Parts: sequence; structure tokens; C-alpha cells
Amino acid sequence: MTRLLGGLRIALRALMVNKMRSVLTMLGIIIGVGAVITMIAVGSGAKARIAEQIASMGSNMLIVMSGSSTSGGFRFGSGTVPTLTVDDAKAILSEIPSVKYVAPSLPGVAQVVYGNQNWSTSVTGTTPEFLDIREWTMASGRSFTQQDLDGASKVCLLGTTVVENLFGGIDPVGQIVRIKKVPFTVIGVLDHKGQTSFGQDQDDTIFVPLTTAQKRLFGMQFPGMVRTITVQAKGPEVMEEAEEGINSVLRQRHRIQPNQDSDFTVRNLTEIMSTAEETASVMSLLLGAIASISLIVGGIGIMNIMLVSVTERTREIGIRIAVGAKGRDILLQFLIESLVLSLIGGIVGIGIGVAGTLVLSSLTEWPTLFSTKAILLAFLFSGSVGVFFGFYPARKASMLNPIEALRYE
Amino acid sequence: MDSVIQVKDLIKTYSLGEVEVTALQGVSLLVNRGEFVAIMGASGSGKSTFMNILGFLDQPTSGQYLLEGINGENLSRDELAEIRNRKIGFVFQGFNLLSRTSALENVELPLIYGGASPLKRKEEARKALSAVGLEGRGHHHPSQLSGGEQQRVAIARALVNQPSILLADEPTGNLDSKTSEEIMGIFQRLNREMGITIIMITHEPDIASFAKRVILFRDGKIVDDHEHSVPAIAAGVGGVK
Repeated sequence: MTRLLGGLRIALRALMVNKMRSVLTMLGIIIGVGAVITMIAVGSGAKARIAEQIASMGSNMLIVMSGSSTSGGFRFGSGTVPTLTVDDAKAILSEIPSVKYVAPSLPGVAQVVYGNQNWSTSVTGTTPEFLDIREWTMASGRSFTQQDLDGASKVCLLGTTVVENLFGGIDPVGQIVRIKKVPFTVIGVLDHKGQTSFGQDQDDTIFVPLTTAQKRLFGMQFPGMVRTITVQAKGPEVMEEAEEGINSVLRQRHRIQPNQDSDFTVRNLTEIMSTAEETASVMSLLLGAIASISLIVGGIGIMNIMLVSVTERTREIGIRIAVGAKGRDILLQFLIESLVLSLIGGIVGIGIGVAGTLVLSSLTEWPTLFSTKAILLAFLFSGSVGVFFGFYPARKASMLNPIEALRYE
Repeated sequence: MDSVIQVKDLIKTYSLGEVEVTALQGVSLLVNRGEFVAIMGASGSGKSTFMNILGFLDQPTSGQYLLEGINGENLSRDELAEIRNRKIGFVFQGFNLLSRTSALENVELPLIYGGASPLKRKEEARKALSAVGLEGRGHHHPSQLSGGEQQRVAIARALVNQPSILLADEPTGNLDSKTSEEIMGIFQRLNREMGITIIMITHEPDIASFAKRVILFRDGKIVDDHEHSVPAIAAGVGGVK
């Protein structure tokens, strides 16, 4: 212990003698650690945002989209022509055991008017289960009920963006808005949900009962049809089973021959999002790896300076060996010196990395996330860089021949 | 009398590329405890090689060297370092002090590697400094000391572990004649009053005349070995009590 403390004192003194050189050497480590911390913070921030978005979208979700149909030689893309029905949705729920909820819906875009304000937004006719699947709760008012659905009531739920644009400060619940000139009573306001990972504002939306949308807004030329059916499976492990079930149930119901293309598509949105999350992981790993390279370059700087230092102090090493320093005493002395360099560099680098991240995220509004684990890891990594790159010069010093070292000018 | 140093048929050869150089060709020597020996010889006579072997800094090619019965043959680097630390004190021509450390810390150096406690180190180092007449100057750095004072710090460092022998390689080579005589005075006092065995290399006959015994090297062999019946007495410097 006293040996280590003594070694620490010798190291600090040696570093103080060449202040400029020590600071410049540390700079390599400072930049390296700072870069690692910043990059990991940016990467994990992106990852966290995507995870948040996945949670906001609803888990274990499949979307069945209608189309593509062929009409007069033209092939239409999915969703252009409604080919799904409410009964399809009911069949999916009753025939496939791994399905928890289904929500048939008919989305469209409409101009919405309140007083002298108007706003174009997406209007979706759907069932109350849709909000359950999306894990979307009400901020105020109530959701619609089976009664609203059965009676095709002219009621609607507003997303927060719509509320902001139409109402300003007024409480919208109970007010009348006109959607495609049809008056609807606002019965509830949805909670804030934020953007999807594709940058779409999820709050810029209105929900109305499916039946109302079919009869009053979008479904007039295709009665009883829906464009999409949102399905929630009972768990992530039955996603595939549910997807296969939907395919076979719908192909049977739509009487599609085995050699014919389906007139619907099933999309596993959760899977798409996981892919996005994976991409973010790879990105943050890549950023971290690139930053680590600068740390390694910093380590080479330490090695370089330590080699110079060993050569410069050949005589000192000779004296120490002559008066009885063992190999490990000299090894330890120089190892402590490079360790002190790299650890001080590591601490300053953490400070700079944290500060840099805060500046970066305030300038660019990127989400960033610090983790103690990453900071600790960067610190330990800088320490091991010090030991790793300090070892060769230290070993070289400890192997010096005392006679030649004493003669060194 | 008991022999501190027993050297028998010591041979040392170096290979400089293709050429084999024989630095020592069969040196035998006995040195008793309490002797003050001067080793003289022209450069290339092998005296420095001999000194390095005596100091366990180098190994002989053949022959035997015992320091208080310890044979350095087949010992590892670290074991040799330990023997140097406990049994040998070095004084060099160029002082070889650590320039960035105080005199006291320079003297402490062998004790650090000997594993003494910090408190004991300070105490022993202060004692050694006062033995060479430098009490109270321990905080000075080598650059703030004169050549003679630096060499005295080096002597204190050599003494601090109470070694069996003190090896001095041209200790006055960088000093003027007056300071040289002061250093010799210290050597004589240490030898006389503390009974320290001193072996000193020098090429100056008047420095050698302060020793009790003078050995002359030529071409890797001892060609003369005689005792001064009356060694020269160096002017007093004070410090040794």
C-alpha cells in the first residue's frame, strides 16, 4: 500500500515536471472518453425514443389492410379499395384463439370546422377496441360505447393536436364540430401520444364510431366495408400464429383459390418497429466503436510519450536499479504514471462528454440518455488503455541494464 | 580477520560483435572488513568492470566472487537488486542524484526499495545526511547544492542502508582538488570511526594516497597490491562524530 502511494507520488511529480506534455497526452484520452460518452448518450437516446414509440403504438399488433384488387386491368395497391368487412373482423376474433382484440377501421382525411377555425386531419371510424389495442387513454370526457356504434351516433374523440388547432383554450368536450359538413358532438379528448418513429403526429387525428364513418363520411360507395382491421395478439410468442390464422381465415372467407393472390395484406407493425430499434442499436454500437477508436489512438499517444519518458529518464532508472529497485518497482512506477495520465484524462473526458452531450442535445433537440454504466465503462476502458499502452514502455524500463543506464547521457 | 570480499580467478569477457574482449583475466583478491582500498589503473585496465562485478551490477564469465559469503552466481535480477540494496552503497563520479527530488528524498531512495516505513526512512536519511555534514540541508534540490555537497548527498545515500561495503567509482573525478580532499576526509572518517569498508576506483595517485591499501590494475590483472604504512590525512571537514 505504501509502495503504491509512494509510486503515485513519484508519478505525479514526474507528470508535473512536464505539464504541457502531460496535458497534451491526456487530451487524447479526454477526447476519446468524451466522444465515447457523447456517442453512447446519443445512441441510447435514439434507442429509448424508439422503444417509447413502440410502447405508444401498442404491442403485439398486426394490421390487416385491404386491397390489392384488380379492376379493369388496373391493379391497385393495398388499402385503396376496401375489401374487408366488419364480419371479417368478427371472424378473426372468434376463429383464432391467439387473437385478443380486433378493431375494424375506416380511415380517411376530412376538413373539420369549429366556429371560424378549420383544420384538415385524419378521421378514423373504428370501434372502442382500437384504443385498447393502442393503449390509448382519454384525457377528458369518455370514449364511445357499443351504443354509439349501434346507433351510428354523431360523436367524436379528438387528438390533442386537433384540439390545439380548433379550440385554442376552450374545453372541447360537449362542443359541436363539423366533419365534412356533418355535425359531431365532441365526447372526449385523447391523451397526448407524440410522434411515430416515422415522424407522423399521432395526435393529429379524430376518431368516430365505425358505423357513423361508414354511413356519413367515407363508406357510402362500399357499404359495410372497412379498410383496415387492427388485431392484437395475446402475446409476442403467438404473433406468427395469429398472422397465419388471419391469412387462412380471410382467404377462406374471401374464397381465394390457392394459386390466387390475397386481396388483403397482413403487416406486423411491431416487427417493423423492432427492426427500427435494432437499427438504432447497431447505430449506437457503431458510434461507440468509432469513438473507441479515438480512445485507442489516445492510448497510442500515451505509449509514445511513455517511451520518450523512459528514454529521457534512463539514468534515473539506472540509479534506482543500482540502489536496489526490483523489476516490478520500476514497472509499477511507469505503469502508475500512465495509469494516472489515462485516469485523469478519463475523468476530465467524462466531464467534457457530459457537457458536450448536453450542449449537443440542446442545440439539435436530439434525445440523449446518460447511463452510469456507460460512464463507468468509459472510465474503466480509459484505465485499461493506460495499463495496456503503458505496459510496454514500463516493461522496457524495468528491463534496462543498470550499467548501461548509468552510463547513459 | 574476516574477509568481506573474496574474489578468486575472476574472468570477464565481452563480445563486441565479432571480437571477444577480455576485460578481466584471472583476478583474485581478499578484502577484510574495515579496509579502505583504492583501485588504480589506466582506462581499459578492467577496474570498472571489476567494480561492476563487485557491485552485483554485472556477472563474471567465470571465477568466484563472494560478498560476505554470498555468491551472486545464478541469482535473478531481482535477487541481485536486493543484495545491492542491503549490502552495497554506490558513489559515482557523476553523483547520479535524482534531480527533481530533494536531498533527503535522494538519500531515502534505497530505504524505499528496502521497504522501510516512511517515518523510519526520514529518520535514517537525516542521520546519514548529518554523518556527511549536511544536516538541515535535506530540503535542497541537487541543483541548489555545490558539486562537493552533491557528492556528499550521494555518500549519505550509499550509507543509509548500513551496507557491508561502499563502492566509489571515481568519486572525485568531477571535483576540484580542495573539494576532493574534503570528500576523502569524509571517507577516512567513515572508515575510521564507523568501520565502513570502502573500495574506491581512482586514477589520481594523490587521491589513492588517502587509502590504506592501493591495488593497481593493468590489462585485466592485478599487478601491484601494497599497503600504505602512513596514508595521507585529509583536511578535516567536520560532520562525522
